[in-house]
Amino acid sequence: MHLKYESTLREPLVDGVKDYHQVTEDIISPIEAKPGKLWYVGFVISLMLLGFGIFSVTWEVYYGTGVWNLNKTVGWGWDITNFVWWVGIGHAGTLISAILLLFRQGWRTGVNRAAEAMTIFAVMCAGQFPIFHMGRVWMAFFVLPYPNTRGPLWVNFNSPLLWDVFAISTYFTVSLLFWYSGLIPDFATVRDRAKTKLRKLLYGIASFGWTGSTKHWQRHEALSLVLAGLSTPLVLSVHTIVSFDFATSVIPGWHTTIFPPYFVAGAIFSGFAMVQTLLIIVRKVLKLEEYITIGHMEAMNKVIVLTGSVVGCAYLTELFMAWYAGVPYEFATFYKYRAAGPLGWSYWIMMTCNVITPQVFWFRKMRRNVAVTFVMSIIVNIGMWFERFVIICTSLYRDYLPSSWSYYRPSWPEVGFYMGTFGLFFTCFFLFAKYFPVIAVAEIKSILKTSGESFKNGMQKYEEQPAEEFEAGLHHHDDHHHDTHGAVAHAHN
Amino acid sequence: MAVKNFVVASFSDEAVLFPAVKKVRTAGYKIHDVYTPFPIHGLDHALGLRETSLHTAGFIYGITGTTTALSCMSWVFNSDWPLNIGGKPHFPLPAFIPITFELTVLFSAVGMVLTFCYLCQLAPFVKKHIFHPRQTDDLFVMAIEVTAKTNTEELKSFLASIGGQQINEQRAEAGWWYGRFDKDDRLFETKRVEAVNA
Repeated sequence: MHLKYESTLREPLVDGVKDYHQVTEDIISPIEAKPGKLWYVGFVISLMLLGFGIFSVTWEVYYGTGVWNLNKTVGWGWDITNFVWWVGIGHAGTLISAILLLFRQGWRTGVNRAAEAMTIFAVMCAGQFPIFHMGRVWMAFFVLPYPNTRGPLWVNFNSPLLWDVFAISTYFTVSLLFWYSGLIPDFATVRDRAKTKLRKLLYGIASFGWTGSTKHWQRHEALSLVLAGLSTPLVLSVHTIVSFDFATSVIPGWHTTIFPPYFVAGAIFSGFAMVQTLLIIVRKVLKLEEYITIGHMEAMNKVIVLTGSVVGCAYLTELFMAWYAGVPYEFATFYKYRAAGPLGWSYWIMMTCNVITPQVFWFRKMRRNVAVTFVMSIIVNIGMWFERFVIICTSLYRDYLPSSWSYYRPSWPEVGFYMGTFGLFFTCFFLFAKYFPVIAVAEIKSILKTSGESFKNGMQKYEEQPAEEFEAGLHHHDDHHHDTHGAVAHAHN
Repeated sequence: MAVKNFVVASFSDEAVLFPAVKKVRTAGYKIHDVYTPFPIHGLDHALGLRETSLHTAGFIYGITGTTTALSCMSWVFNSDWPLNIGGKPHFPLPAFIPITFELTVLFSAVGMVLTFCYLCQLAPFVKKHIFHPRQTDDLFVMAIEVTAKTNTEELKSFLASIGGQQINEQRAEAGWWYGRFDKDDRLFETKRVEAVNA
């Protein structure tokens, strides 16, 4: 039998002795079992956070945005900070599912499903902030360009804030479609092995009547590939457009051309950190260590150290340009009020968490250490939150007119709103972890015979074979099979 | 949509499936479909299926999005309600690029997913016959249509000789119908028979 062949030097992506049925069993059985005590505790805490968030937002809608501590000088505070932070977190999911698909990175199969789910939930959380920041939230639909009786008065298509509306909503829709189209075959797997009537009914509806027909798989593959191709520039465009919200303005500290790549790198950096936080817990609780291996974590830590360093370079470039450009306002923003001044502490938290600490990942031992990875993932997310806070608030609180200089600290409804989005995020994630296949079952099966540990071990004898002998065996079996992936290989399993 | 007879065989390994597909086709039997738990590269070619044109559809949807965005925005800014925004041009192409790009992606993605669902006849409450419950788990299930010329017994022993397992005959609806997976199959033809009896 010809199979795609992968060198045994490469770490296996699925540990242990598995066949296809065992893969199904391992990934689907947590859906069929009653959730553990920890799940209930976590779920209830999330619901409570969500409840408090809803209360805080209701308070804000009832009394107006005045209950937030924003003022004439600092017009964007925690709300926009949180918006940018959540959108950024979402980026890792699309990066894993789309960009790594185009680069044919096999390791994405273990983590893509959960990462995409994270993207969708993070974008849902992000969207809340600009919507409620509008104040009269019942008028939020005014941002949509539709023929209306007010003129018609159209939205300003030149405005980066409107570009954001299009970018975020497109991003959400496309991510959802990509995620769900991947879920359909896995829902069918749950459906066909369901023992209870309710489960058969619900997963039957969710699986859209999927059968696994060869023609359908062929179209499914084509669909995934094109959606990945579309999502790749999309994900880069989304944070680029978010950075335009700042970069197209004339505020010192915002008005820089470096923003798009700097924001995209930061987004991937924080997103991967969040994926690590979630998956370290998921693999432990759902006992999926053989699918989300240390190798997966190491791969993601490499991305973290790369993007963290890109972000670090951006910080230094900004500092250099603030001096080199010779604009006094730019210089003052960076050297007097960002790196120093009343909010200077936030700048140094950002620098420490984003640039200094991730450098531990240059060491292989650290990249492969679960505890270090977990702690680092949280540090990175704190750092990235402060990056957004620093960019937004330290540019605003000292403006051109010293008489309007101000300070900013959030009020309780702002903090409550942020906590509420954590509630929303984790409520969704807990439901996902319980009712959805958290790993793409079909995709794992498709890499099992190339990257599964037990199958790789079987390859040893071919690697030790002399080239002539291997060549002879090659012609002997060459009677069928077109391998679309180039890596030709031949092995009897 | 028709109820047909099938001879169904399961295979547990791709290594057995590929030669089997080839032998069944050479022997002149009509393979209705092969159901697999995951995409198997090359199986579509082995079955003689043509390449899908879904990409082309995606491209057409994409340029529809591009055109929609550009034409709508320029219509609004130039003829429906021309506004002087700080003396800026009425057709600022660079400023239109983000929205044009987003709509291109949106139209293409939504259009392709809908087309995919339409072509594969996938929707909530759509039900299709499942030949073997493990075809979405670990078995590769081949369904061969029984025609007037088919000698079923011969076919069965032929399938067994090329590595097929759990070979059986099934009478099933070949298309889809509205239904629930927690209820038993009701074939269209059976229903008609019931109506006649009543």
